[in-house]
Amino acid sequence: MTTDVHQLDDGAWISVNDSREVNVSDLWLLARSDFCGCETTDLLAEGFVEVGVDYLDIQARIAGQCISCGESGVTDWLTVGRVVDPDSGEFHGVVHESVHFPAKRTRLASPKE
Amino acid sequence: MPTKVENWKDEVYGNEIREHLMEFAEQGWDAIPEDEHDAWFERFKWWGLYHQRSGQESYFMMRIGTPNGVIKPGQLEVIGEVAKEYATGPVDNPEFGEAYCDWTTRQSIQLHWIKLEDIPEIFEKLEAVGLGTQQACGDSWRNIVGCPVAGKDKHEHVDAWPVAEDLHETFKGNDDYSNLPRKWKVAIAGCDEGCGQGDINDLAFEPAEKDGELGFNVRIGGGLSRKEPRLARDIDVWVPPEQAADVAHGMSSLFRDYGDREDRFNARIKFLMDEWGPEKMRSVLQEEYVDFELPTAGEDMRDQYSYNTGSQDGHNDHVGIHEQNDGNYYIGLNVLVGRMGADDVLELAELADEYGSGEVRLTQRQNIIVTDVPEENLDAFTSEPLLENYSPDPSPFMRGSIACTGTEYCSLSIVETKNRQVRYARWLKDNVELPEDHKDFHIHLSGCTASCAQPQIADVSLRGMKTRKDGEPVEALDIGLGGGLGDDPRFADWVEMRVPADEVPGAIKNLVNNFEDAREGGETFRDFVADRDEETLAEMVEPEETDYHDPYMHNTKMTWYPYAEDDDMQSSPAPTDGSGEPLPSDD
Repeated sequence: MTTDVHQLDDGAWISVNDSREVNVSDLWLLARSDFCGCETTDLLAEGFVEVGVDYLDIQARIAGQCISCGESGVTDWLTVGRVVDPDSGEFHGVVHESVHFPAKRTRLASPKE
Repeated sequence: MPTKVENWKDEVYGNEIREHLMEFAEQGWDAIPEDEHDAWFERFKWWGLYHQRSGQESYFMMRIGTPNGVIKPGQLEVIGEVAKEYATGPVDNPEFGEAYCDWTTRQSIQLHWIKLEDIPEIFEKLEAVGLGTQQACGDSWRNIVGCPVAGKDKHEHVDAWPVAEDLHETFKGNDDYSNLPRKWKVAIAGCDEGCGQGDINDLAFEPAEKDGELGFNVRIGGGLSRKEPRLARDIDVWVPPEQAADVAHGMSSLFRDYGDREDRFNARIKFLMDEWGPEKMRSVLQEEYVDFELPTAGEDMRDQYSYNTGSQDGHNDHVGIHEQNDGNYYIGLNVLVGRMGADDVLELAELADEYGSGEVRLTQRQNIIVTDVPEENLDAFTSEPLLENYSPDPSPFMRGSIACTGTEYCSLSIVETKNRQVRYARWLKDNVELPEDHKDFHIHLSGCTASCAQPQIADVSLRGMKTRKDGEPVEALDIGLGGGLGDDPRFADWVEMRVPADEVPGAIKNLVNNFEDAREGGETFRDFVADRDEETLAEMVEPEETDYHDPYMHNTKMTWYPYAEDDDMQSSPAPTDGSGEPLPSDD
């Protein structure tokens, strides 16, 4: 089956195949990020600005704030989870407390029609 | 490219949603195809139903829109009965019990834990007395707000109630305006106190005189959401009451046609106002949407506004006993954080009937007003035991408290709000003395940047955040100061960020004490803040642990319900069937 991904309710959560999977208000640890000057960004997710799919990975750009230094902004693309079984659409979210590495994206989140 | 939400709206939206909603309700929760959940939940909002947050699947928040906050005789009893019968969840709230009504900052009513299967019965009961949920949420004309005592106020120059009612009748369920790019919030007021809060609405009608005739000046593009607060801007238009609907038609049509449907974050008309400015807004309205010459703005009454001005003079809210223009009285009752138990609602309905006309009205400060009380009934009414909890003369900290829904039910919120603000207000009442000349002191707690508690227009603004305390993540609040409305409205300055929630009462106590020590002469709190820089103010907010205890410091959003004994997400009974029994999981 195809995987359907979107953010809803002003970016409050990410839906994967019509199931609410990733919510705002969690803290994400980001390393090697230019989000702020901290060695590790302690990011409060306040909203999901964009979502996309990189084959099985579900990715998002998160609007938020580093709670260590107070810098606000939008992250580069972060993997927020993976569709582990493309047939059933089963999704496993990443452990947001682990360290994540945001990346610039080279492909379009939404392919041109 | 239009957003997914726009595509869903193109398929089914507006009035036609009801037929599908009723079919689903008849067949039960499982009847909604799993791969269509998001589309249907987005559409259900148009009929006032908001799917509750993660962990509470199959339960809805139901919003009832009461234009101008007017609840006519006979309606409050039905609202209380519906709350008692249908708005009971699996677990009680420790402060408010098993069923309650929330009076909102937009003069509406919110009920929680509503089951899909009960909706047809609820609609039948509400509609039988002229109440409804249509367009209470979703991308359309929302509940119209205004001076809650319109038609009864001694400070009134134009009776805005018939105009508000006409706008409600004209634009509710009207297919021409049923699918707007985003929500459309309208305020109308005819009094000289400024309590319509037009400055924070998409479209505002404010009282003004032109060539000896009373009507309204028009402002466009206010709003508080996200971190993009805007004050509505004057487009230099005056309109007589009988043409208010024509201008409202023009402006909402303009928004329908020119609003951004490709980016919901940029869709509200405040962003179009950013792009166009008031002159272009006026000229497009004139050239494309109205067929008469728009008069230029009249002389407004903003210099007389007292509501939420921090002036400590005149009406800052509607709490208290006030004489109406017909010699009767209205009694504004304080409802702490806007939440009232269903049994209390039913009792108040009886009292309003016994002592007044049976009518009550909701304010934009989450309070309730009993109207039309003859002078001879005042003593007996104000001696009723119910008014011990809903006082017309409360402590400033109880009176000034507003809180949004928070993580109890809302997907957007970062922190717990209502129960926390109740605890804050009680602690502040017992531990903090305001200067004697300060009877109004507004503290608004919003769980996120959506700003449903309107934090930017409070003396002390609190906004949900997180921080670490002893290395552990805890709920926290940003603290802003000095916001308010009036002739010179001002958004709060955010001066102290990420304060652990259990240190906020101590911070407010220190702030009030520092204000009292440092104020010059009779300086009001609002002027005090306006005259000092952020650094100075930040030093006056000294977060501190006190004997205040906060039971909600953990990540309440990670729970299925923050007050459940076993609050683990996996312990949620949801989704449930029509009788509240858990449905089997697919796992």
